[in-house]
Amino acid sequence: MPIEIPKDSWAGEVRTVSFGATAENGGTRSKTITVGGEKTLPFLQFEVPMPHPPVIALEIKDRRPDDWSSLLLETWGDVVDDPGEWAKAAEEAGADLLQLTLSLTDNEGKPAKPDDAVAAVKKVLEASALPLIVMGPGQAEVDNELIVPIADATKGENLALGICEDKNYRTIVAAALANDHLVTSRAPMDVNLSKQLNILITDMGLPADRIIMDPTTGALGYGIEYGYSVMERLRLAALQGDAMTQLPMMVTVGTETWKTKEAKVGEDVPEAWGDWLERSINWETLTAVSLIESGADIVVLRHPESVRRVRLAIEDLMAVPEPA
Amino acid sequence: MALTGIEIYKLLPQTNCKDCDYPTCLAFAMKLAAKQAELSACPHVSEESKAQLAASSEPPVRLVTLSANGHEAKAGNEVVLFRHEKTFYNKPGLFVRVKDDMSADEIKTKVSPADAYNVVYVGIELEMDGLAVEAVSGDPNAFAAAIRVVREVSQRPLILISKDPAVMTEGLRAIDGEKPLIYAADQDNWEAMAELALQHETSLAVFEEDLDALAALTQKLKDKGVDDLVLDSGARSLNQLLATGTQIRRLALKENFRPLGFPIITFPGDADEPAMESVLAAQSIAKYAGFIVLDTFTPELIYPLLVLRENIYTDPQKPIQVQPGLYEINDPKPDDALLVTTNFSITYFSVANEVESAGQSAWLLVTDAEGMSVLTAWAAGKFDSERIAKDVKRFEVDDKVSNKQLVLPGHVAVLSGEVEEELPDWQVRVGPREAVDLPAFIKQVLTA
Ligand code: B12
Ligand code: SF4
Repeated sequence: MPIEIPKDSWAGEVRTVSFGATAENGGTRSKTITVGGEKTLPFLQFEVPMPHPPVIALEIKDRRPDDWSSLLLETWGDVVDDPGEWAKAAEEAGADLLQLTLSLTDNEGKPAKPDDAVAAVKKVLEASALPLIVMGPGQAEVDNELIVPIADATKGENLALGICEDKNYRTIVAAALANDHLVTSRAPMDVNLSKQLNILITDMGLPADRIIMDPTTGALGYGIEYGYSVMERLRLAALQGDAMTQLPMMVTVGTETWKTKEAKVGEDVPEAWGDWLERSINWETLTAVSLIESGADIVVLRHPESVRRVRLAIEDLMAVPEPA
Repeated sequence: MALTGIEIYKLLPQTNCKDCDYPTCLAFAMKLAAKQAELSACPHVSEESKAQLAASSEPPVRLVTLSANGHEAKAGNEVVLFRHEKTFYNKPGLFVRVKDDMSADEIKTKVSPADAYNVVYVGIELEMDGLAVEAVSGDPNAFAAAIRVVREVSQRPLILISKDPAVMTEGLRAIDGEKPLIYAADQDNWEAMAELALQHETSLAVFEEDLDALAALTQKLKDKGVDDLVLDSGARSLNQLLATGTQIRRLALKENFRPLGFPIITFPGDADEPAMESVLAAQSIAKYAGFIVLDTFTPELIYPLLVLRENIYTDPQKPIQVQPGLYEINDPKPDDALLVTTNFSITYFSVANEVESAGQSAWLLVTDAEGMSVLTAWAAGKFDSERIAKDVKRFEVDDKVSNKQLVLPGHVAVLSGEVEEELPDWQVRVGPREAVDLPAFIKQVLTA
């Protein structure tokens, strides 16, 4: 008697979210990113096919970063001095989309100016036609000050804008509403806090299919287990029908992994850590793949080789196994 | 699957005779269900019930143990599909594979560093679990010779790989008395492999490319008396491994399907593209493998895998913590500075390792922040000026540290005013945000 394979059937499903406007939709992007739509847990294709593959973003900055691992600076070379050049290089490195993270200060250490931030975003949009996420530096007031003029200046491009957190979502959500953009909603690794924030954002009138949820993650060795489990729980809640968890998820894997000592430091570390570059790429790749398998729809990376490897992993995972 | 108290009750005599020292059969049944009593305490239970209860108390995924020379690798006994539901218990074993067409030198060059590998992550020493030896030559003597070469440089548990019983026989003879895993029985060789497993009391891997055939074969092997089985469904790609791994685990846990209630073995080493080996191994760690066979051993591959395994297998209910207290780094003097941090293991070791390996001495006050990182604890109200001041007193820091320089983590610079108020005798300084920058800070700011 053949074994009956236990299959889950779920009441709920993840929303499909798209961003990045092509000419047809009044923007200048070469394609639109579409994520979400899952009707079961990641890649369980023997139950339901995975509707959209997870996508890979490369993170770039508006100027040469002060605190990035020297390995990354070597890999990217001089393009880090120009966001446009960097965007082009990132597109060539095989990213599906870009995340531009704004800096808190300019090259001289003075507070970042809104005009410069807008100029950087425009440069990126001109240099690369990939869909774009723009993130503020992560300080509530500065984020608002920089993101609002960007939202105004890029109306029609259908960007994703962040960081919306519980204490600081109104201004950015309002700017996204007014200019047809999306937002990313970040809560600190907690199912209820994620839900709560999504409720607050939709209460302002932004449709849920214009929110990408960022449940926050930690790197391998620095809290990945919390990120991994909270994403599994959020996805299970979504499938069980909890509407305010039914959003695609993004995770900033590159930011987290490249600040670990393993990735940042090459000297005076234990010999058992092995080759610095290969270790760092493994650190980023394994963090990304683990989180993709626990539900991430967008992973934001920093190293081109990690992009290549994560891409191979996604292609393999998307292949539908031969029926047994 | 474990029975509920009521289900157990139905199997008891239901006379409430109290011979078990519980007031009623039901009370006893509840204790049994909670695993707080032993069935043997009831002298009246029937043989038939005993058998049923014994079967139901078997774990849904059988525990399989490989052992050699004082080393062990265990897999199985898992009870959940998702780690947040309870926890994952037995970390999958990481094995490095050599083949019997390699020269003795090649084998040693590969095995020795894997055997000696040791890395410390948050105070825990992590090592490889064992080695796999594969017969590709087809020559029983070459196989045995390769195994002996491995044994010259490593005493860890082995997985012996050959589907030819004659080859396997010689291989087992080379390590008589050990408990390796032999790989693998299939529909052609299963009887001879079962003989070998029984004769040498080893566990036995079973290979069949579809789950029906796999389950049918494990049944036959169990009927022969081989209990310690390990499954290989033939899956080698990420998508197949995820699908079959999930199906096997679900069948075992949700349907209590005995024929597939065994640990799974995977072979990331078979990957076509070398970079995918690490990805396949990472998936195996999170998604249900019990034994993982790699072809590549390099520290830069193994270290992240061992850390991932540690992370996925921590108990989600309790973060790994260290004891709060005043720690001494490199024999500090009374005039060395006092660094303050929390008792989350990762946090503590990040700070302590940095200062220690820089050869600097300092006092490190590890406050009781309920095992949380600096920012998490701060956001949760478990790391504030009051707690810091309380622990300064509780651990009698004033008696040991005369210089009265207290360094706060850079991430909680906002606390400095309040800490000054709580501890007026102390000069409060804000350190760098990341521990990596601490040695420079100590050198340039504190001792300048
Ligand atoms: C993992 C994690 C959790 C885990 C807990 C892990 C744990 N055991 O602590 C969980 C999921 C449980 C959690 C919960 C919460 N979290 Co949390 N969490 C994180 C996360 C992702 C990583 C933290 C971590 O482990 N870092 C690694 C350790 C090693 O870092 P560390 O302790 O800071 O140590 C470093 C430095 O501080 C320095 N250092 C340490 N000691 C010292 C000492 C000196 C003298 C010096 C100089 C330096 C120094 O060295 C270390 C290495 O560089 C961060 C976000 C992030 N990616 O950083 C959020 C984060 C810390 N969490 C946050 C919050 C708000 C919470 C919650 C309050 C949310 C909520 N309301 O539920 C809860 C609180 C817990 C509770 N109520 O029980 C916020 C804090 C925001 C803020 N700035 O105030 C963060 C920053 C996320 C965010 N962006 O919103 N969290
Ligand atoms: S000894 Fe057995 S029969 Fe007697 S009360 Fe206990 S469980 Fe019931």
